[in-house]
Amino acid sequence: MDIKDVSKLAELARIELSEEEKGEILKDMENILGYIKQIEEVKVEDEMPEYNTYNVWREDEIRNENSPEASKFSAELIIEQFPDSQDGFLKVKKIL
Amino acid sequence: MIDLKNLTIRKARVALDAKKFSAVDLAEAYLDEIKKKNKELNVYLEVYDDVLEQAKVADELIAKGESFPLLGIPLAIKDNILIQGKKASSASKILENYVASYDATAIAKLKKQGAVFLGRTNMDEFAMGGSTENSAFGVTKNPNDVSRVAGGSSGGSAAAVAANLCLGALGSDTGGSVRLPASFCGVVGMKPTYGRISRYGLMSMGSSLDCIGQFAKNLEDTQIIFDAISGYDILDSTSINDDTYPKLLDKKELTIGVPWNLVNGEGINQKTKENFAECMKKLETLGFTIKDISIKNLEIALSTYYIIMPAEASTNLARFDGIRYGLHKEGKNLMEDYKLTKGAGFGVEVRRRILLGAYVLSAGYYDAYYGKADIARNALKREFKTAFENVDLIATPTSTSVAWKIGEKSDPVSAYLEDIFTVTANIVGVPAISIPSGFVQIEGAVDNGLPLGIQFMAPHGGESLLFEVGKKFEGVQ
Repeated sequence: MDIKDVSKLAELARIELSEEEKGEILKDMENILGYIKQIEEVKVEDEMPEYNTYNVWREDEIRNENSPEASKFSAELIIEQFPDSQDGFLKVKKIL
Repeated sequence: MIDLKNLTIRKARVALDAKKFSAVDLAEAYLDEIKKKNKELNVYLEVYDDVLEQAKVADELIAKGESFPLLGIPLAIKDNILIQGKKASSASKILENYVASYDATAIAKLKKQGAVFLGRTNMDEFAMGGSTENSAFGVTKNPNDVSRVAGGSSGGSAAAVAANLCLGALGSDTGGSVRLPASFCGVVGMKPTYGRISRYGLMSMGSSLDCIGQFAKNLEDTQIIFDAISGYDILDSTSINDDTYPKLLDKKELTIGVPWNLVNGEGINQKTKENFAECMKKLETLGFTIKDISIKNLEIALSTYYIIMPAEASTNLARFDGIRYGLHKEGKNLMEDYKLTKGAGFGVEVRRRILLGAYVLSAGYYDAYYGKADIARNALKREFKTAFENVDLIATPTSTSVAWKIGEKSDPVSAYLEDIFTVTANIVGVPAISIPSGFVQIEGAVDNGLPLGIQFMAPHGGESLLFEVGKKFEGVQ
């Protein structure tokens, strides 16, 4: 790993890092990777990754708003947390 | 004056129901204690301003003759569990002023019983760490010795119980974050079987590892909180029910397996080894059979954990981008908004784990790291299954040593190594508990010595075994 890799990862993760901090993270990452590379020693001949995938979601259904299972979310509480909003909509900068 | 030091949830219940004191009296006693101690210990990030109102509501219910195990009982809640209308920051700058818009299921269940929430407790930022030194709001000090850490990541919750600043507390445990601070502070801390307590409303770190867990002074109280908050929840897709795992047979004599190889290995403090060996002798006297077990991939558990956890964390933390809630930093365009917000909002350890997670998941390294860790996880699950065919419980120390000095473990790997005994239960998904196993004298530490803990793990769905062995063990401590 080198400093360019750290820059690339920071770019992917969308985190602004100073050059100094990139250097520190590089040092830490090398130590951590040095430790976790023990994983290479695991014998895997008889092991396969198991992906136990099945649908955990229920089917869509219409619920009466008075039913006990109806969503108790309050739009006001959610909108209050928006850093910027207008007329109840979340406001963001131009995307395209 | 209420004697908070010797008070338990059970005793408080009896006193409240008998009207020896009211829920308001009790809440006031805790608020006074918090006022005296919180400045030094930094346990609570916020003490709620409606504590006495909550207690009044509990008193009204008690006056009507209602009684629930936790009615009027003052509890502390880790800062990553949502209570509607209250701040929940995960001890991060990026959520410093975030107000929760819904209740976590565990909170909703506590509210139903009329529990009183005193405040939100300090933690490592986004639960990443073992000492609360990674909190954006300062370290929590160990009530046994204020020059030492309280452990983490749920350090505030553990210290709150230990310092008599609440009767019980909720934490979260992704790799030991309830058990390690419980051990360091000298209280009981438990993580359930994965999925037993709903994760709905718990901020996600490593979704396949995360559990809400509870702290209390003794086993009985620990079980009271567990009974209150566990159970299937449709709002958590990984929630389990009573039929998910096979029922364990009722046995008169229980066998405890000990991976002596790991326990007596390098990097484990001599005092810890001695304390643990004494515990095993006590358990033998209590009628348990102790058996040496070998789990081949146990030593690889920590590496497995430090691949899977950051991988999942980097994915989960992508949502904190300054757009829908939390901190927002203004840039020239949307991409710059993201970068500046995350750059300003996340602390050092969080950045490290996000980048590490992105790395182990990246195209060129996926097979070598994440893919391999996933395979190792399966191997470990299989080995645990085999081990539990021969033993009923597995015991280890909870930590390698007593609580460390604040600032002592500045490089990340040395801090990660402290999780050696605890991460396995999360990787495999089994329930585990840390129980105080006495105080040991360590050079340079306070005269009274510092607490250590013993950890028991049980098969999936085997919480009742943990309570059983725990209560017996507690009786001879």
